Amino acid sequence: MVHAAYLMALFPLAGFVVLVAAGRRLGDPWAGWVATAAVLGAFVVACVSLAGLLGEPTSARHFSADYFSWITVGGLQVKVGILLDPLSMTMCMFVTGVSALIHLYSIGYMRDDPEYPKFFVYMNLFVFSMLLLVLANNLLVTFVGWEGVGVCSYWLVAYWHERDSAASAGKKAFIYNRVGDVGFLIALFLIFSRLGTLDLPSIFAHRHALGSAGATAAALLLLMAATGKSAQIPLFNWLPDAMEGPTPVSALIHAATMVTAGVYLLCRMNAVLALSPDAMWVVAVIGGVTAFVAATIATSQQDIKKALAFSTVSQIGYMMLAVGTGAYVAAIFLMVAHAFYKALLFLGAGSVIHGLHDEQDLKKMGGLARLLPWTYGTFLVGWLAIAGIPPLSGFWSKGDVLANVFRKSPALWALGVVTAVLTAYYMTRLFVLAFRGDDRWASSVSGHPPQPPHESPWVMRLPLVVLAVLAFAGGVLDLPWVHHSGLASWLAPVFAHTLYADHESAALQTVLVVVDGVAGLLGLGLAFAAWRGVVDRPALEPQFLQRVWYWDDLYDAVIGRPGQAMARVAATVVDTRVIDGAVNGVAAVVRRSASSVRRLQTGYVRNYALGIALGLAAVIAFLVSRVWWS
Amino acid sequence: MSIPGEWYLILAAALFTVGALGLLVRRNVLVMFMCIELMLNAANLTFVTFSRMLGDIGGQVIVFFVLVVAAAEVVVGLGIVVAIFRRRTQTSADDLRQLKG
Repeated sequence: MVHAAYLMALFPLAGFVVLVAAGRRLGDPWAGWVATAAVLGAFVVACVSLAGLLGEPTSARHFSADYFSWITVGGLQVKVGILLDPLSMTMCMFVTGVSALIHLYSIGYMRDDPEYPKFFVYMNLFVFSMLLLVLANNLLVTFVGWEGVGVCSYWLVAYWHERDSAASAGKKAFIYNRVGDVGFLIALFLIFSRLGTLDLPSIFAHRHALGSAGATAAALLLLMAATGKSAQIPLFNWLPDAMEGPTPVSALIHAATMVTAGVYLLCRMNAVLALSPDAMWVVAVIGGVTAFVAATIATSQQDIKKALAFSTVSQIGYMMLAVGTGAYVAAIFLMVAHAFYKALLFLGAGSVIHGLHDEQDLKKMGGLARLLPWTYGTFLVGWLAIAGIPPLSGFWSKGDVLANVFRKSPALWALGVVTAVLTAYYMTRLFVLAFRGDDRWASSVSGHPPQPPHESPWVMRLPLVVLAVLAFAGGVLDLPWVHHSGLASWLAPVFAHTLYADHESAALQTVLVVVDGVAGLLGLGLAFAAWRGVVDRPALEPQFLQRVWYWDDLYDAVIGRPGQAMARVAATVVDTRVIDGAVNGVAAVVRRSASSVRRLQTGYVRNYALGIALGLAAVIAFLVSRVWWS
Repeated sequence: MSIPGEWYLILAAALFTVGALGLLVRRNVLVMFMCIELMLNAANLTFVTFSRMLGDIGGQVIVFFVLVVAAAEVVVGLGIVVAIFRRRTQTSADDLRQLKG
């Protein structure tokens, strides 16, 4: 059953091809149904593969197959194939599952969009690229998927490209990612130059040939790639802007799947990471700091989607922190749980935006609990899950991360706990502003008479309910006291040699869990106290946080303005003087010399004849002189 | 008695010089034409002379080729001269300098 796993990627590819060829003819809503069916097919294949993999004994849960040779140049042999092991299987399960739900949701959300089929073309191509990234057994093929999801992200962020802000947000996302991709490419070069192969199993087998410095460099370069794709400091600014895309895109690409690709890459390469404790520390610190910084920013955002975007950055920071700690299982656990609850939150936000006719400003919402009961109920689950309230999935997954971090560094753990308080705080603020209190949407809702917000159709409600169930119960994947049968033992073959093995006493573990719970409740309480019945609290929304710690201004000052100045110099000085000068100069020299030479053409035949005669004389003189001298 | 080959060569050189100078100094197209013929035949005379002196028939063969080419050239050249006569009363080569473009 495992042998058919490649079909998982082929289903969305087939959907993509069909929609490219016949998308316009299928139209609204059939194009959406075709796309959804393709992804659902991939999910079914994933389930079958999972069953096949579970049927094997633990040590044999590893399936690698090459299908065709892509590049054969000298020592470089790139074969396209898949590597199915518990790690990629886990990724595939939630990627295809969440994608299928979000495709279903999009059928309702994108309704009446003039370019309806185009949206699903991109979405299916994205799912294909993501599965290629996850399943590839060769780093170069992973890179192809990596770029594929990047370009799909660009297309989908800039989906409403008539809007200036969407077009530039797309460019921003793409360019930030390119910076990270440079790191990935150099890491590929480095690994190939040291090991002579890009095949994942061979890299793992020969990783010691990288040497200590080589492993550190490779790990840091891969981290650079991950900071771009997973929106970590210093390349995190693109993600909030990427919210210009349609909300299902934000849910699928910029919350559940693509942005976790960086974490996946580091987990995949855990064997290399383990060779360099220094690089691990860098990963952990970047993750922890990003989690904290993004959480502070999320506390003061007005746009519901931007607040969720910073929340995503913060949560991925937690995952990075876990990776840096060596707690890969915790990172994957949080990634899966996060995919559930963050997709749920985004889809809920999309439902709110849909109901309010494209209003995204939290300050213009309020009192929606009554009008959007389904959205309210499911969003409630997502909110409690991400806030880390027991017994929802966020509590267990975040607790797993923090417990491991405590073993690595109490300082980073403290930062993580503060971030947990902030997480509960900003999510509660968002929740209260959107769903509780007075309704403030009357002024912004259009139409005469103003249409009240409406609940979404069933294709949008069903994914919300499914995701709410998953977000609620996702914790059962890896409960702390059943490590021997949960995600940890399932993933153990992939991470066995690098897993953080220390175990604290039961008492300390209990204390850590209690601290987690208290942190969540504390954030909840603070936010209720601060935001209940209040809309504006400028003291709690300082300019510093609204302007994202002035990160964008910093980049503008350090890179943007000097870049523009250089462009201006290039345009006014280099182009007009140097380049045009060279071209015009050559032309002028040719013209001047030609006008002097043309005087030779007198039109008198005798002049030409004289020229011939003199030339002949010169040739004869030359020949004679040669005879003479020799 | 036979005349030594050098005399023929001197004659040929003299003919060639006359032809070349005539080409340079005369304006009349017909005269210039005759000067060219003079130069060609000076060259022919040289060929024949050397052919005799060296006992090599090749020189005389080349003369035939030159004669043929010269005949063709005369046909074309005279055609041009006639065309010029149709347009103008005289055939000064200098009048044709406007053809330089």
